[in-house]
Amino acid sequence: MMSTSLTSLQIDEALEPPHPLREFWRYFSSNKGAVGGLVIVVLVLLIALFAPFIAPYAPDLTDPNVFLKPPAWQAEGSSAHWLGTDAIGRDILSRLIFGARLSLAIGLAVVTLSVITGTVLGLTAGYFRGIFEVAVMRLMDIILTLPSLLLAIVIVAILGPGLMNAMLAVAVVVLPHYVRITRAAVISEASKDYVTAARMNGAGHLRLMFNEILPNCTAPLIVQASLGISAAILDAAALGFLGLGAQPPSPEWGTMLADAREFVLRAWWVVTFPGLAILITVLAFNLLGDGLRDAFDPKLKR
Amino acid sequence: MLQGDLGKSIITHEPVLSEFMTLFPATIELALCAIFFALLLGIPAGILAAVRRNTIFDHGVMGVSLTGYSMPIFWWGLLLILLFSVQLDLTPVSGRIAVQYFIEPVTGLLLIDSWLAGDKGAFWSAFTHLILPTIVLGTNPLAVIARMTRSAMLEVLGEDYIRTARAKGLSNLRVVGLHALRNALIPVITVIGLQVGVLFTGAILTETIFSWPGVGKWLIEAIGRRDYPVLQGGMLLLGMIVMTVNLLVDVTYGIINPRIRH
Repeated sequence: MMSTSLTSLQIDEALEPPHPLREFWRYFSSNKGAVGGLVIVVLVLLIALFAPFIAPYAPDLTDPNVFLKPPAWQAEGSSAHWLGTDAIGRDILSRLIFGARLSLAIGLAVVTLSVITGTVLGLTAGYFRGIFEVAVMRLMDIILTLPSLLLAIVIVAILGPGLMNAMLAVAVVVLPHYVRITRAAVISEASKDYVTAARMNGAGHLRLMFNEILPNCTAPLIVQASLGISAAILDAAALGFLGLGAQPPSPEWGTMLADAREFVLRAWWVVTFPGLAILITVLAFNLLGDGLRDAFDPKLKR
Repeated sequence: MLQGDLGKSIITHEPVLSEFMTLFPATIELALCAIFFALLLGIPAGILAAVRRNTIFDHGVMGVSLTGYSMPIFWWGLLLILLFSVQLDLTPVSGRIAVQYFIEPVTGLLLIDSWLAGDKGAFWSAFTHLILPTIVLGTNPLAVIARMTRSAMLEVLGEDYIRTARAKGLSNLRVVGLHALRNALIPVITVIGLQVGVLFTGAILTETIFSWPGVGKWLIEAIGRRDYPVLQGGMLLLGMIVMTVNLLVDVTYGIINPRIRH
């Protein structure tokens, strides 16, 4: 008698579902690409945080003795400048390290701005429906119609070139994605029983929207945000490259590429490394985003 | 403006519409070549990756495709110039055609015009000028199309009618190439339609790098000169074209997919 109850107890324990976070981590960590992405993202984050301690030189320190010095492993290179120097003798490695700060700041700022605005707009549109929803969604459709970078370029052309305006422009351009995702999730959640129950308990609009519905819509938002950071970094770098984003002498990677363009025939290293930095960072965020999406998506899990 | 008059450029005093029309064929030629390049490589790669799921080939295609998707194409362009034009001296760095050739515009697409004119040298020159910009502009769509083809094929290959076709004893080629591919291409076509916006965005960067005399370069120059009528008119026209193409894709979608035709 006693032994049977014991075994049933053990079975119950085995059947108990793992903690959601633990389960999430299991799916996430089984995806090698995603873990690799996460590692690189953390690495770039650390580099950005400790830039002044890692970088061998200040990002805008010019040295008239070493114009366009090749990287260290080349015949004319020296170990004083591992990745060489640019046309006015600035150390490229140091500029890249400080550029990581800018790129991450751009990505995070753009995504924060558009996630907050997009969530509030999508939440109110999906919750209240009616004419407000129609107005918001049509406006988002208009933004979506125009090619993203084109619209960003126009916004910057109106506001004037500069890092802040470029970030604002990219934030506006990516906004529709967040609004649409939030609205779709809110509409499907709003009709569920737990919302009705909360309403019957006397919860107000704000409580229903932010405390009941929103926490259940976060998974697609997190995925989109992580993919959004990579898009934001890429778009901001493209604006910088076109001379509309961060202005020289700022060590933003896209701006560095724009500066380096005229030396493409003479010095391959001034062109190669900033782009490589953009590629690696963007790739890492995309890997991370894909991994998050797979881990969150119950359809692909089993 | 509502009457279709987009005004005149502040700098050249030419009507914006006529300037747009003279430059637009160059952009179209580039965009068409880029999308053909993307389709030609992307669809077979996606199919093969789906058929050989979880092999090294599959992982390779997916890895390359994610890299292509993350690629800053302005850097990619410079890198290709560095490799093919500077190191190997195979392709020209900028422009649409070498200066010594002059081709009477018929269609506005230099590749076709020089072919029609029977000028082999001009055709070759136009072709070599196109190679690098095409690769640069086609990289992003290529990555998206390969990924999309793979996931659509994987979904279709699990369907019952594929099993039926296999059970009938049809050859693998016939099952994959005919039964599966036809159904898998439906979502891919939607994605191709959505690439039009991406192509115009990429054209701005590509044309700037390769000094390609198209609409994208013209718009960037207009910003530099504060030529607002050009910017406004050009944006409006590009937006209209993207909208029209998306509408056409939606219509085609109904034609090729009878399930949504009511």
